[in-house]
Amino acid sequence: MMLPKPRGPLSAAVFESMRVIPAEPVARAHPGADGPEDAAVTLWALYELAYRGFDDVDETAEWDPELLAVRRGLEVELEGRLRSRWDAYRSDHERNDDFGEDLFAFVAAHDGRSLARFVQTEADEQQVLDLLRLRSVYHLKESDPTAWVVPRLPTASKAALMELQYDEYGSGDPNRVHSHLFARGLEAIGLRAEYGAYLDDVPLEILEQNNAMSLMGLHRRLRGAALGHLAAFEATSSLPSRQLSQGLQRLGMAPEMSAYYDEHVEADAVHEQLAVRAICGELVAVEPEVTDDVYFGAFTCLDLEDRLARLLLERWQVAS
Amino acid sequence: MSDVPTYEHPDVVLCPGGPMLLRGKHVIEDSSGELHETTRRVTALCRCDKSARKPWCDGTHKLLPEKLAPS
Repeated sequence: MMLPKPRGPLSAAVFESMRVIPAEPVARAHPGADGPEDAAVTLWALYELAYRGFDDVDETAEWDPELLAVRRGLEVELEGRLRSRWDAYRSDHERNDDFGEDLFAFVAAHDGRSLARFVQTEADEQQVLDLLRLRSVYHLKESDPTAWVVPRLPTASKAALMELQYDEYGSGDPNRVHSHLFARGLEAIGLRAEYGAYLDDVPLEILEQNNAMSLMGLHRRLRGAALGHLAAFEATSSLPSRQLSQGLQRLGMAPEMSAYYDEHVEADAVHEQLAVRAICGELVAVEPEVTDDVYFGAFTCLDLEDRLARLLLERWQVAS
Repeated sequence: MSDVPTYEHPDVVLCPGGPMLLRGKHVIEDSSGELHETTRRVTALCRCDKSARKPWCDGTHKLLPEKLAPS
């Protein structure tokens, strides 16, 4: 893909710096962001250098010290904001002795708005297409942020994560890779299936969801948060995927896209058990000091999804 | 005694309040005699009897009151 459109002075300056690397390896001053979208799209693009990169940016940009310095500043600000939301929420939940039961209960107790329920019963075709465009930013790199975590885990947690990821990546069959199933669904439904196609159209909430996953995935320090995020994501996927599939079928939309969600009904019924009990459970058994971060990651997943749901339901003028 | 542990890795796992996880390739005969072949490396089988995709788990157990959830 090409670099996205800048959304303010910081992204404009950083994207310009990316384009001239490495021809001009000189000290560059970057302006401050003029708002959260400017900061978020800049960070999204800086992270993307570690995934698939951009056709108009030299590959050496990934490890350019000045770009890394900009990235670090934006990450500190993002993590601080996510942690302050967690700090405001955390006192509400209790923990008992069984880690798996506690984490499932914590996820179930978070009372967020549901986009899936709205799609199942009420959404019109344009609203579903809107949602799928926004979801495409993540689903076309599905599981990739979590893949960074693998080498940072103790043995039993690592094996369990690979058991899950093997399924996400199609068990070796490229046709079954979940991001590929989503791309086929997009194409069948008449949307663009190429990586990053709708990045310029997505709101701050989508950029932050994706940036939070990359932040947690790319920092070894945040391995607990990355896996907690994964666990909450999987534990809130199976039933909503069924609702989404039913909504797509209700609207008579292409079966390839409902097939993607049908696949997730069964797959994520497995994945949530693996993620909560084996992946996170085995991690905290060996490294109990990351337990709080597991909950921080789980909360962040639920919180960012709730913020997105509120935005879209308000945009669609659905009463709460 | 070795310091390098051997891990438990059962083929069948009964998840508290949830499904039965099956590792490996299996053919399951349901109560009406129909055969279902597993397609993934780990499969979740319904234990609450309320799944809409039996014999597979679809997460419905989470909607049940505690007394109806599998033990």
